[in-house]
Amino acid sequence: MQHTITVLVENKPGVLARVSGLFARRGFNIESLAVSITDDPTVSRMTIVVTGDDSTLDQINKQTWKLIDVIKVVDYSEIPIVERELALIKVGAQTIERPAIMQIVDIFRAKIIDISDSTFTIEVTGGIDKVNAIEDLLRPYGIQEIVRTGKIAMARGHHTAMS
Amino acid sequence: MNGANALVQSLVDSGVEIVFGIPGGVMIPIYDALYGRKDLRNILVRHEQCAAHAADGYARATGKVAACFATSGPGATNLVTGIATAYMDSIPMLAVTAQVRTTALGKDSFQEADITGITMPITKHNILVDDVQELPRAISEAIYLASTGRPGPVLVDIPMDVSLAEIDYEPVKEVKMRGYSPHIEIDDSAIDAAAELIAESERPVLYAGGGVITSGAAEELTALSEKTNILVTTTLLGKGAIPETHEHSLGMLGMHGTAYANHAVHECDLLIAVGARFDDRVTGKLAAFARKAKVIHIDIDPAEIDKTVQVDVAIVGDCKEVLKRLLKKVTKREESGWNKQIMQWKNEFALTCPTNGDSLPPQCVISKLSDMLKGEGIIVTDVGQHQMFSALFYKIVKPRHWLSSGGLGTMGYGFPAAIGAQVGCPDKHVFAICGDGGFQMTLQELAIAVEHKLPVKIVLMNNQYLGMVRQWQELFWNHRYSGVDLSVQPDFVKLAEAYGAVGLRVHKMSEVEGAIEKSMEITDRPTLIDFRVSREENVFPMIPAGQSIEEMMVNRPK
Repeated sequence: MQHTITVLVENKPGVLARVSGLFARRGFNIESLAVSITDDPTVSRMTIVVTGDDSTLDQINKQTWKLIDVIKVVDYSEIPIVERELALIKVGAQTIERPAIMQIVDIFRAKIIDISDSTFTIEVTGGIDKVNAIEDLLRPYGIQEIVRTGKIAMARGHHTAMS
Repeated sequence: MNGANALVQSLVDSGVEIVFGIPGGVMIPIYDALYGRKDLRNILVRHEQCAAHAADGYARATGKVAACFATSGPGATNLVTGIATAYMDSIPMLAVTAQVRTTALGKDSFQEADITGITMPITKHNILVDDVQELPRAISEAIYLASTGRPGPVLVDIPMDVSLAEIDYEPVKEVKMRGYSPHIEIDDSAIDAAAELIAESERPVLYAGGGVITSGAAEELTALSEKTNILVTTTLLGKGAIPETHEHSLGMLGMHGTAYANHAVHECDLLIAVGARFDDRVTGKLAAFARKAKVIHIDIDPAEIDKTVQVDVAIVGDCKEVLKRLLKKVTKREESGWNKQIMQWKNEFALTCPTNGDSLPPQCVISKLSDMLKGEGIIVTDVGQHQMFSALFYKIVKPRHWLSSGGLGTMGYGFPAAIGAQVGCPDKHVFAICGDGGFQMTLQELAIAVEHKLPVKIVLMNNQYLGMVRQWQELFWNHRYSGVDLSVQPDFVKLAEAYGAVGLRVHKMSEVEGAIEKSMEITDRPTLIDFRVSREENVFPMIPAGQSIEEMMVNRPK
């Protein structure tokens, strides 16, 4: 089962290595990992999507929390959240195919952000399923390159990770 | 002052009294700061691994944090085994490593090793200090982290230019870290739930680990056992949690535990784990471990709860405080049929020393030592058969009188750890019980024991084998003794003498007592007693790795 956890950490060198090293040596499986700075420049925020059963998730939360540079671990399994991922997809786009691809882009509220004589580069934002869906639909045109940021997430309503 | 002096002053201000270490190129400023200081004792070990083991032994025997120092690169990597040993057993320690200059970092410079990267998985925390202004705080935080909560080793890496940079030193008054709060509110409802389970149970057993020793809760544990008439088995590190001379003591459980402790755990309907972590050497096959029992787990580390064994009641907190509260809540229990049953097992499966003529069974040597010392000495073991014989046959009466590498199982630990213990407890008889294999891994520290007039007594269980491996090869690998014969070895008596220590040799049981007595009369140097024990003794009982009590061997299979 997939779980999303948010980890607030000290914005210091080596913290990512501490977290990823912990996951690696304890055999926790990372599906995606997104890291960035927060409104507080001393704090970084990681959104980690992991797979595992409930007891694995319990261990992930506790072991991660034990790291001294980890300020807080928030498990998003049980609370309503908004979640988004951004992907850039470079897809083959011959002249004759372009209207069909543009239609897909339109339906997904994605954007064509770069164009060449034979390709489109498409930016799409959304939940994991949406990004997977557009990827599937674009595949017949020949996906040449894809990059995904990994999921970021936030609790709905007035809750914050710090509160 | 410069960073190096600030480091030393920080150590002194934090209460550190002793440093074990070796200098090197980028460490010179720090050793310069140690020069002539009367308030920080500095012991020059002969290999950095032993600096860490000595600091570990000092901490286990005294409860206080010692520091170990090593230079960059190979000095730092030599600490690794000692740091990992301390980490696995939750022993507080401060490791300080010198590092190449910040300008040389990341350039594959001479004697550069990424020691914070290397020790990330084996330290509670580590830090590379790249600004001298942060150094005093880093040291205070490191000692705070090492010694509070679930203790562990912390490493501080200091580049040479940071050691040389100037700082207006001011002692750190308060340590507060937002990512770390060792203070845990104990959940009283969990205490109530535990007391209720205890009241309901018919066949309870207490299972005490190193956490009881660390938190100084031996008295409370013994009181709980006495009030409830619940018998106590301990882990290897839990020896001393209850006097092993106490009729409620069942000795050690697990792979080489006593048969009666293992039977009690196997048949119990309530297992009360206190400061123990259900290590695989304790549980064997998890599915079969205490399968009839509900489980109460008391531990300071929430991550230990439900890690390997799912528990019914978890109480997170310091063992001493939890036991104090639990003691108030539990009702008095009388001895029951269950107690009688365990006592019957205790008689039926009592440990006995082999008696084969003129030979020198290691069990008998340990047993004799135990009888002679009556719990007064500090026993430090190495790792292997002699360790398990000691765990079985040596009765520990007080906490912090039993030092052994449990989690990592580090051969070579015993002798340097005994040196640390002797430094910390100068008035105690400290015995390092070692095998000939492990002793040869760190025996160069005879030099410092002689230099500092430390009367450590080395009880060398010399069977000229890597005995535990040989035992496994005998039992499970069809007697194929591959890579275990150590019969080419130095004359240990002459070796001891060459270092300026006293060497004695014992061939027969009748010589044991005299040799031990003699070693205890020598107070100004170490004594090595070369016990030429029977070569192919095996440690029994034994539950083979990953199996259950049904596969327990009580004697050598025919």
